[in-house]
Amino acid sequence: MQAMAVLRVEDAKKAFGATQALSGVSLELGEGELLGLLGPNGAGKTTLVRALAGRVRLDGGTVELFGRRLSATETRDGLGVVPQEIALYPLLTARENLEAFGSFNGLRGAALRDRVAWALEWTGLSERAREPIRRFSGGMRRRLNIACGVLHEPRVILLDEPTAGVDPQSRERIYEMLDRLRARGVSMLLTTHQLDEAEARCRRIVIVDHGRVIAAGTLGDLVRDTVGARRVVTVKLDRAPATPIEGLTGEGDGTIWSGPVRDVDADLATVLQRVAAAGRTVADLEVRQPSLQSVFLHLTGRELRE
Amino acid sequence: MIRTLLRIHWTNLRRDRVAQLLAFVVPMAFFTIFALIFGGRGNSVTRRVHVAVVDESRTAVSRRLVRALKAEKSLVVLTRARAGGGSRDTARVPIDRARAERLVRDGEVPLALVLPAGLDTSLARFDGGGMPVQLLSDPSDPIAPQVVGGMLQKVVMTAMPDLFLQRGIGQFERYTGGLTPKQRTAVDQWLPMLRARAEGDSTGGGSARAGAGGDSSGAAGGDSARAAAMSGMAKVEVVPVLGRKQDTGMISFYAAAIAVMFLLFTASAVAGTLLDEVDSGTLERVLSTRVGMTGLLAGKWTWLTLLGMSQITVMFVYAMLAFRLDLLHHLPGFAVMTFFTAATAAAFGLFLASMCRTRAQLGGISMLIILVMSALGGSMFPRIFMTAAMQKAGLVTFNAWALDGYVKVFWREAPLTALLPQVGMLAGFMVVFLALARLFARRWERV
Repeated sequence: MQAMAVLRVEDAKKAFGATQALSGVSLELGEGELLGLLGPNGAGKTTLVRALAGRVRLDGGTVELFGRRLSATETRDGLGVVPQEIALYPLLTARENLEAFGSFNGLRGAALRDRVAWALEWTGLSERAREPIRRFSGGMRRRLNIACGVLHEPRVILLDEPTAGVDPQSRERIYEMLDRLRARGVSMLLTTHQLDEAEARCRRIVIVDHGRVIAAGTLGDLVRDTVGARRVVTVKLDRAPATPIEGLTGEGDGTIWSGPVRDVDADLATVLQRVAAAGRTVADLEVRQPSLQSVFLHLTGRELRE
Repeated sequence: MIRTLLRIHWTNLRRDRVAQLLAFVVPMAFFTIFALIFGGRGNSVTRRVHVAVVDESRTAVSRRLVRALKAEKSLVVLTRARAGGGSRDTARVPIDRARAERLVRDGEVPLALVLPAGLDTSLARFDGGGMPVQLLSDPSDPIAPQVVGGMLQKVVMTAMPDLFLQRGIGQFERYTGGLTPKQRTAVDQWLPMLRARAEGDSTGGGSARAGAGGDSSGAAGGDSARAAAMSGMAKVEVVPVLGRKQDTGMISFYAAAIAVMFLLFTASAVAGTLLDEVDSGTLERVLSTRVGMTGLLAGKWTWLTLLGMSQITVMFVYAMLAFRLDLLHHLPGFAVMTFFTAATAAAFGLFLASMCRTRAQLGGISMLIILVMSALGGSMFPRIFMTAAMQKAGLVTFNAWALDGYVKVFWREAPLTALLPQVGMLAGFMVVFLALARLFARRWERV
């Protein structure tokens, strides 16, 4: 199990009219952990994040921060919220935005100045601190958006799609920034639609659907508990076969075929024999562990973005 | 292709309530308001000029003249007033010159008419001599002296034909020699008849008046009225009791009128950033910090108030520099009115923004409400020129109270305490708008 939980949600329930957004969600975030929160649209992720931020009053269940139960209305000083939207003042400069959100979070005087200087350096925006942010690129705005949420040095950060709409280079830079915070022991709950990101960055993942947690654990746990020890074999043939190859599914121009195997040692030879029987030769071969995508599909029956 | 485009636009219009409102309802609302202001809709609501009459002559002729003036439909003649001022009290005393001046100065009436001692020998003299009838006027209402001046000429001619004839014959005899005894007898017999008939007309119904003088409103406007005010049967002298600022008084009114209208537009537009912040997620983010909704609204209200005060100040400073408005001698009153006007407009803007769901909705609704308020409240057309009913209707708008306050400061030179009704009403509006804004803003709080 992870280190001591800094954030704990127990049986969170919330309904909007007839729609049950949360039906008893429970999760824990360990100290210094980056926990991935995944789920299709409408699964209840945003409602959960808003409840943690104190913006939604739960119908039932509890939220504990650093072991203390939070009421719906109290200020969450130890919590930082980074929304999915670029929730900044477009006509203000980077520095002015940072000063504004620092002030909203209770920073004043020298402390505020120090933190703004830190944030500008952290985001790599020191050179452009005096420019209105409407002139910034998407990646720069994203970085500033994150900085405004962490300026007051929260120990727990809620990150809602922090890399939405940015190029791979900017995404990498954002994760470098977040890694620097984690190195200081900051805990993060990350909701994302980028399964590869969750796979690569998060040691543990929680998958929610229809307002409840349907799976939680490391990627290995999830794979084992869902699709099991199967692997996916993909073969590239010299040319398309005349008839389908048993146990495999063709793709593209008919030269690429793939399918699951339970036991690589035993089943791989069978696959190669079937290719040979079809009168074709293998140009390339790949054996993959099932991805989070496979787990997700297995659990929810739909793609993440459906 | 054109058919497809037409279908798209028609569908858009059908589904856009705001566009429908702006295209069809706003113009009709405006038409209605201006038709009510200028159209009159019959004599019952047409503007009647309130005039205080001071009878210093106290003769049969002056009493006849007062009776005749009272019989005029377009005038509301006041001869008595409350001892302490004001004109609508039951315990009243005859109005003297000083009280009449105060009534005009306080804005109770736009005009007072003083019938001087020696009036009997001044009317219908044809030689321009004699004591003039004085019109103590409030120059903010340039129409009232013309209406009353013209009306006076008409009344002397139609309600006092005997006097007119007597004086006419006197002049005739002066330049052409006396009448023959026979002519003199005929005139002496005719005079009482004329007088009896005229007095019957003065105290009689509308048809008798129409027979004697025609449509009274005809004498009220145009060149004929102006000419009558200059000479004619009664010598008239217009005395502006607020005359020192005659050239800049209306400037202060229009500076305030335009400033208040645009203050409302600015307030609603700036308050609309609340809706932008809802759309961008900034509001959600700010509310997840230490800032609560009440604090957020208070911050925005403070900013809008300061912005509004600057806006009004710029307008008045410009009026001072470009039109010689006497701002510096009215600073305390100006400061009080400007604070309360700007604070109320700010609250109004927040109320509108919190009430609306989208920017487009805010744009349409605020334009409708602000233009209607400005038309009714006197920002587009001074309320003093509206009918009594429209003037009363205007009091539901905060523009009217704000403008009345500025008029008191700049025109009537009223002390700060006299601004209490205006300031009180503005503060009341402000509290109501802020309370409503806070109420509507609850939907953005925790759900």
